[in-house]
Amino acid sequence: MDRARARARRAPLLPALLFLILVTQLPFLATVVISFLRWNALAPQNRGLAGFDNYRAVFTDPALRSSVATTVLLTVTVVLVSLLLGLGLALLLDRGFRGRALVRTLLITPFLIVPVASALIWKHALYNASYGLINGVLTWVWGLFGSDSPPQPDWLTRTPLAAVEVALIWQWTPFMMLILLAGLQSRPTDTVEAAQVDGASAFDIFRYLTLPHLRRYLELAALLGTIYVVQTFDAVFTLTSGGLGTANLPYTIYQTFYQAHDYGLASAQGVVVLLASLLVATFALRTVASLLRREAVR
Amino acid sequence: MRRTAAVPPGRRRRRSLLGLAAWLCGLFFFVPVAWMVLTSFHRETDAAANPPDLGAPLTLHGYREFFGAGGGPSPWPPLINSLTASVVATLLVLTLAVPAAYALAVKPVRRWRDVLFFFLSTKMLPVVAGLLPVYLIAQKAGMLDDIWLLVILYASMNLPIAVWMMHSFLADIPVEIMEAAAIDGAGLPTVLLRIVAPLALPGIAATGLISFIFSWNELLFARVLTGVVAGTAPVFLTGFVTSQGLFLAKVCAAATVISLPVLAAGFAAQDKLVQGLSLGAVK
Repeated sequence: MDRARARARRAPLLPALLFLILVTQLPFLATVVISFLRWNALAPQNRGLAGFDNYRAVFTDPALRSSVATTVLLTVTVVLVSLLLGLGLALLLDRGFRGRALVRTLLITPFLIVPVASALIWKHALYNASYGLINGVLTWVWGLFGSDSPPQPDWLTRTPLAAVEVALIWQWTPFMMLILLAGLQSRPTDTVEAAQVDGASAFDIFRYLTLPHLRRYLELAALLGTIYVVQTFDAVFTLTSGGLGTANLPYTIYQTFYQAHDYGLASAQGVVVLLASLLVATFALRTVASLLRREAVR
Repeated sequence: MRRTAAVPPGRRRRRSLLGLAAWLCGLFFFVPVAWMVLTSFHRETDAAANPPDLGAPLTLHGYREFFGAGGGPSPWPPLINSLTASVVATLLVLTLAVPAAYALAVKPVRRWRDVLFFFLSTKMLPVVAGLLPVYLIAQKAGMLDDIWLLVILYASMNLPIAVWMMHSFLADIPVEIMEAAAIDGAGLPTVLLRIVAPLALPGIAATGLISFIFSWNELLFARVLTGVVAGTAPVFLTGFVTSQGLFLAKVCAAATVISLPVLAAGFAAQDKLVQGLSLGAVK
């Protein structure tokens, strides 16, 4: 009787669980297996066990090592800058002012443009050296001062990684803002009011009340941001096609597999990314768990 | 007791300054979007003007070009592919996620927390690490360049988020209402249809919109696993990656049209967006 009831409770869960295990976990297992094989689709006769050769290649090939470095640099820069900007914007939006809903909508928009589309816009309409908006504004400003020789740098070749980072920061700042705004608005107002009555300055309230409360939300935003930004493909693919030191791991894996057809090596790269993500994910899961626990207490 | 009535003038001035700052930031972040839309309505020669010509005459030329007037490939097949993949995947996600979330939230199975975290953990793994086996299996099964493969993958990509969101929505429904209905003699189907469904409907709608947005935006899987027949709108857009400056208005029109469904869905689900993006951890 009891067992039957437990089964009835489990039944609605099973389709989703089975589907997810089948479609996501099995490919990861296969990736691990393939990573130990010597397997290039262009050389089908030369297949066999490779042992750790592919992994050795991941860590010794200078091009691959530089793509690891690029991934770390790109992710850390984008997450940190957009987190700080997002915090500033969330604090600005947390107070009442005329048109707040409209400003929030304006700020969310970058996040809602299809990522390939936004990368295309940055590449062609903003960064382009001869007719992009940025250089256009430079021409206009220089023109105001009577100069007809404004600087017209080619942003994508002169500062390729920064160009990718700026486009990504623009895209991810709204995400950070949304999470931090949710955090600010879940802050209990009575303690803030009590502190105001006690004569605490705005800075004190921020430092001793708001920031500690926001800590978990900052952690969550940073960790989720990291998980999403590490996987960046669209921007690198569109803006620079991985050239000039902007190839990150997802783009490199895509190239190894889709253009070089080296399945073994691509899988080893995939496993390395997987392990790095697991490391970040463990922290993320712990943060989420602690948020949920506090929710339950309240 | 409200204190807002007696705001000192100094603080009021500071408050309106901060409001102004917020407005300026909002507009600054919006510039690239506004520029995209404005350029999409310019003639190609005006679009490529340096310095920018804000007063240039408006035209639908870019949009006509995008929709194939100049003899280019038609965007309709990719748009229809994107719509099919996103909508069907979303329906599949909801069919799987709503019962699962019910089993985890309303009448929780044992160790429901662990199961919930298992769902979440799959979302944290990089898709690129599973791409190759999926490609090889699809190749063997003859499913390359098949929109149904994308449907399955998009469903698996969005299922964890959907389970988490639906879980937090369903957990908000007080159990007492359901128990009261059961005591009044309502069977489980009746309770589900008459009590749970209406209360959970806004949550289901928000979950569906988020799943739609993520599916519509996806590029990597679509790029690798589709080709001539099943290419989606983002894949179609990558055709513009190498295009040179002559077609700036067309590129902007393309980006605008393809972003439009997501913008509409995103504005509609603004409040729930953060809940979905943070995998249900933040309300």
